[in-house]
Amino acid sequence: MIAIVDYGAGNIFSVKNALDYLELDSILTSDKKEIENADAIILPGVGAFPAAMNKLAESGLTEIVRTEAKKKPFLGICLGMQMLFDKSYEFEKCNGLGLVPGSVEKMEKPGFIIPHMGWNKLEYGTDCPILHNIGDDSYVYFVHSYAAVTDEKYLAAWVEYDGRVPAMVYDGSTVYGAQFHPEKSGDTGLKILRNFGGLIK
Amino acid sequence: MLAKRIIPCLDVRDGKVVKGVKFKGVRDVGDPVELAEVYNQQGADEIVFYDITASYEKRSVMLDVVRETAKRVFVPLTVGGGIKTVDDIRDTLRAGADKVSVNSQAVKNTQLIRDGADIFGSQCICVGIDAKKIADNKWTVYINGGRVDMKLDLIEWVKKIEELGAGEICLNSIDADGTKEGFDLPMLKAVCNAVNIPVIASGGAGKIKDFSEVFEETGATAALAASLFHFGELTVSEVKEHCRERGIDIRMK
Repeated sequence: MIAIVDYGAGNIFSVKNALDYLELDSILTSDKKEIENADAIILPGVGAFPAAMNKLAESGLTEIVRTEAKKKPFLGICLGMQMLFDKSYEFEKCNGLGLVPGSVEKMEKPGFIIPHMGWNKLEYGTDCPILHNIGDDSYVYFVHSYAAVTDEKYLAAWVEYDGRVPAMVYDGSTVYGAQFHPEKSGDTGLKILRNFGGLIK
Repeated sequence: MLAKRIIPCLDVRDGKVVKGVKFKGVRDVGDPVELAEVYNQQGADEIVFYDITASYEKRSVMLDVVRETAKRVFVPLTVGGGIKTVDDIRDTLRAGADKVSVNSQAVKNTQLIRDGADIFGSQCICVGIDAKKIADNKWTVYINGGRVDMKLDLIEWVKKIEELGAGEICLNSIDADGTKEGFDLPMLKAVCNAVNIPVIASGGAGKIKDFSEVFEETGATAALAASLFHFGELTVSEVKEHCRERGIDIRMK
């Protein structure tokens, strides 16, 4: 059972739809016990970083998410990926979950359209189990204006957009973060979600 | 770099797919959910549902279509037609759409763009425009399905849209629409030069070459077509293969 953390931020139904389509058991939940008992966790999110961190705190889920992420496969998606880092500078400095070292900063790319929105091609970095069979020439769908700044050793995949933009981060253990939306990335995205589901023992 | 997008559009009435030529002569053809799946299989980068009777009839049928599609198709979905209020936007996004496209109502009430962008984020607010040439390098904006000339200068309007926080523009040329003689390149060039948000080219596609041409000649980041794909004259995959052969960055399935 995959727990999709429902803390009132973002389009959680499309993640749920994709998991249903793949016949991966999942539940939308804001219940601590359910998150604790789940075999894997997905943290979705759309919107602004401080608001999302506040909502997570108001739901009383910050600690449980932080603790459980280190115990079982954990995937942050889009803003959920950005929340994995130590801090963000969206509107104001705001602390994240601190699960992956690094920060989240406004994308400054003169002459380039921001938000970075659309399909971009994955380039691979550090080894990451859920990207193993994805292959070259694979495109995924992005919508974001802020991007992660992190050490190369956590960078499992990036895309080119006036330099490297982190696409997938991995802590080398249980924590994965996708800046793109696998639930909106066609067959490639579904394959990545299926791989994530496959991590469940 | 971002891939150029090929977007099939499905005109929907009462939950069924239709296609009007120059907005007239509608004929019923099929189930929008199934057609969306077909386009997804062909490699569509995004799918647009355009609810042509939303202004007059209940919107709930369209929301059901979106809900069903979102269970089976995992690329971005956009819904346009008859979206008048922030609540309409919310309902549409909740049904599973990733973006809404507002057209007539955005002209009548510009606050809708600002409120939509503030509440849901710029990325889900696309402004659709129907425009028609009145002189060299001069166009005006029409509303109500291309029936009413608002005497509003196109270039002024697109700048205003960007300032209000829209995330994208879908630009339909009334002159080119239905002609199958290619996209309206001068209009697209003028709009792409005026704004720094993505512009979707719409109206006029008839040949495979029209798609590569619009990407080579203008700053459009996506090209949209309805009848061409709908009547099977070209498939999305054929268009994408052609563009890729021409060296354009395109996502292949």
